[in-house]
Order: sequence, then structure tokens, then C-alpha cells
Amino acid sequence: MVQLLQLIISGAAIGCIYALIALGFVLIYKATETVNFAQGDIMMVGGFVGLSAMTLGGLPFWAAFLVTIVVMTLFGMGAERLVLRPLLGQPAFTVIMMTIGLGYLARGVVTMIPYWGTETHTLPVPWKDEVFWIGEIGKGLVVSVEHLAIIIATVALVALLFAFFRYTRLGIAMQATSQNQLAAFYMGIPVRRVNMLIWGLSSAICGVAALLLAPITFVHANMGFVGLKAFPAAVVGGFGSIPGALVGGLIIGIVESLSGFYLPEGFKDIAAYVVVLVMLVVKPNGLFGENLTKKV
Amino acid sequence: MTESAPILQLNNVEAAYGAVKAIRGVSLSVAPGSVVTVLGSNGAGKTTILKTISGILDPQKGSILFRHEKLEGRDPAWIVRQGLVQVPEGREIFPLLTVRENLLMGAYTRPAHDKDEVAKDIEDVYAYFPILKERRDQPAGQLSGGQQQMLAISRALLAKPTMMLLDEPSLGLSPKLTKEIFEIIIRINRERGVTLLVVEQNAHIALKYADYGYVLEIGRIVMHDTCAALREKEDIKEFYLGAKESGVREGRRWKKKKTWR
Repeated sequence: MVQLLQLIISGAAIGCIYALIALGFVLIYKATETVNFAQGDIMMVGGFVGLSAMTLGGLPFWAAFLVTIVVMTLFGMGAERLVLRPLLGQPAFTVIMMTIGLGYLARGVVTMIPYWGTETHTLPVPWKDEVFWIGEIGKGLVVSVEHLAIIIATVALVALLFAFFRYTRLGIAMQATSQNQLAAFYMGIPVRRVNMLIWGLSSAICGVAALLLAPITFVHANMGFVGLKAFPAAVVGGFGSIPGALVGGLIIGIVESLSGFYLPEGFKDIAAYVVVLVMLVVKPNGLFGENLTKKV
Repeated sequence: MTESAPILQLNNVEAAYGAVKAIRGVSLSVAPGSVVTVLGSNGAGKTTILKTISGILDPQKGSILFRHEKLEGRDPAWIVRQGLVQVPEGREIFPLLTVRENLLMGAYTRPAHDKDEVAKDIEDVYAYFPILKERRDQPAGQLSGGQQQMLAISRALLAKPTMMLLDEPSLGLSPKLTKEIFEIIIRINRERGVTLLVVEQNAHIALKYADYGYVLEIGRIVMHDTCAALREKEDIKEFYLGAKESGVREGRRWKKKKTWR
């Protein structure tokens, strides 16, 4: 029983990371109908930004956290402005290939930067290797602070995003733009600027994910490959649904963690994709997929 | 039609979708405070005219003047801020936002500190369409077609326009609902002095309520006059109002030709 809870907690923590990256996918997909395959690599860049802020800049973790959010917001907005906007009006396929290219580019450039390079770095977070016990020490449930930090930060971030989309003018305008871009133009909402801000927001979320993930996987040029697990999370949740991304991430994380322990070796790596396949057969729209038809 | 300077003036405007020319040199003018209609069948270019005015489409030739400001090549958001807003064809509401949030988006171009005034304006449009108040917290996608049209009109009103462009407000509505909607937009025109340019296929209703009308065929204006005069024209009766004038002579029928061809 303790074993099972243990696995669920660590699975949920990793699942939160998937969920955050999936959230990045979903925001951009909803707003611009583009799947941004560079999401994982954008996260990786965020990891390096945070790392540099702490080790080179000598900032404490919280300051580095804020710096990462700001830098990643600008990075996302810049990527939209310089790479994506010139492709406006091109077929979806072109845009998707461009995001894949953007991911490759990010991975390549990062290895060329002197300090960043191809090595694996450790992010010196304050709670490194700390654990605490629920119940009797040595026998009860052991929770590592890294996992707890991920879960708490994710919950806080999601609550913040919920409030933002629900109560602020800009948040509602972002929803409006993603639901009906033409109408947003007619209402005088600056659609292009809103799309740029959504890229910024999505990248900032990935930056947060990177800093939360870094204590577990370390910071390296290929850490963006968790994006490959976040993508199934978005699909399971129903691409285009924000709560779906969260639930999808948690499902993938927990299934992965359980299958890593109870199933033969190797199942851990394919568990996410098995879940997606099952989901696509049973409920092709995903758990929270929208099924809207236009009324005349 | 009064002789005051027009609020909106199109001079020889041409616009195209790629290689397909949709409007071929349209000129029209709208007097402030009036209700002007553009009639035409499917594909005549009615929607294209409105899209070009709103800045969604850039004209290839010609000029568009709104209150002495050139509109061509401008950003749609800038045009809304000038006080010219469109109620698009097929309502185009935001389906997952609530009715109230839809209305707030209509006021997007107004400064943030206008909050109280926007709240007051929302109450004002609820007075025109009480059903919207009843359903203000429901997602707009759950409204019926007629209610969505009411929402689209209300949302446009929240931009505080001096002029509204309406693209087929009767689309998909019952005759009774169409009449109700037209009566309210005319009330809006009379009470608030909002100038209206209404594009319609339903010539009956448009000619009944508008002051001045233009007839558009395959991208050209072929006729324009006051609506009272248009209603009396043989061609309008025949081709737009569907009055069956007996084209019977000596027991034989022939198909009437339009005089402007």
C-alpha cells in the first residue's frame, strides 16, 4: 500500500511536468491552430536560462525563477514574431515543420554556447535531496521535496492561469481570439499581438516546468525530449482543453510510474503511447475534447 | 437623403480574393444618421464591401473615407476605434465565452478605465434585448440563432460606434424574428443616432426599413435611389421582391430582361 502511494506521488509529480508542457502545447494550439513541436526544446532553453542565472549570475533560486519567467516570455514572443508570423497564411504543415526546425535549432545552438555546451549540469535548488516522512520515519511514506515542490508549484500556476483567463480582460480576449479569430478582428482585438503574448505565456510556463524538472533530470541539451511525453498528455486530455492537459499529464505520469514498477522492463517508456492509443480508440476527442458545431 | 456631408464614402473601390475580383469599382455614400441598405443576391459582393470597409480585406483600388479619415490599408482595430464597427455575417460570436464576456469583448477597444460606463452600456443593451440579461452567464454557443444575432448586435454596440455595418442580420431567422430584429436596429438608429449600413438579401424587409438603397450585381452597383422609389421600380419588384408581373402576351410567356443589362 505504501509502495503504491509512493509510486503515485512520484508519478503525479512527473505528470505535473508533462501537464505544464502539455499546457504550453494547448495554449498555442487553441490560439493559432498550430502544434508547436518545439515546446520541449523551449523548456530546455528555460532550464539553461535558470541555470545561468543561478550559477553565472549568482542569483538565489527565487530570483532566478523570476528571471527565467521574464526571459522565456520574451523568448516566446520573439519566436512568434520572427519565425512564426512571417508564415501567417501558409498551410498548417509548413508552420508545423517550422516549429520542428525551431526545436532542432534550439538544441544545436545551446550546444554551441560555451558554458552551456553538451554537458549535464546540476541546478543548485535549495531543496536538493531533501525528503520528509509521512508517518513513521524509515517505514512510512517518503516524499522528496522536489516532487512536492513540483506539485505545489503546478497547482499554484494553474490557479493563477485560471484566474487570468477567467477574470482579466486580456485573458478573456485570448480565449475570444482562440474561439473565433475573425470575430476578434471585427471587435478590434489586436489579434497578432494577442497571439504573440500567448507564445510568451506558453514559453514562460515551459520555463517554470524546466526549473521544476531540473533537480530530477538535470539540465542538458536533450532534456526537451520530455516534450514527447507531454504531447500524448495533451492528446489524452483532448487537444485544446486546458483542464484536459492537466488531467492528461497526471494520467500519463502515474501510469508510467506504475508500469515502471509492476510491469517488465521497457514498459515504462511505452506506457504513455499505449495510453494514447487506447484513448484514441475509445474516445478520439480525448477526455475533455470539445465538440462544437456551428449554428446557422 | 439629406445634403450633409457623407459619414462614409466609397469611391470606385475594387477588391479581390486572389485572382477573383469580387467588387469592381463600387462607389457609395452614407449620410450621417441614415439607414442605408445594399441589396444583392449570393456572390454579388455584399460581404466583400463590408470586409473591405472594416479593414479585413485591403482594396486594390479606390478610396474609403469615414469622417474624413482614409480607411484603406488600416488595421481593423484602428477602424473600430474610429467608431465604425461591424456585425459580421453568421453572427460570429465567441461560443465558449458567456454572453456577458462576449459583450465585454465588444468593448475591447475602449480604455480600461471606462469600466463603469461599460457596465452601464451593458445594462442598456439588456434593455433592448432582455433575453440576453436572462442568459448572461450562459456560454453564447448555447443561444438560439436569433439570440446569437441579438448578441452580435449588442456586442457591436458596446464599442460605442457612430456607425454600424450589419451583414445580413436576417440570415437564418424566421420572418417574425427578422422583423423584430429590424425594428430594434431601427430603434437603435433613432435613439442613439447610430448610422447603419445594412447588407441584405431579404429585399422586402430591407426596403421597408431603410432610407436609401443600393443594388449590387456581380460586384457593381447597378441602381440606387431612396427606398420608397426603389420599391416602385419594376425591376426591383420583379427580381428582388418577387412580384409576379404577368409576362403574358397573346398567351405566351417570356422571361423579362433586367433593364440595366
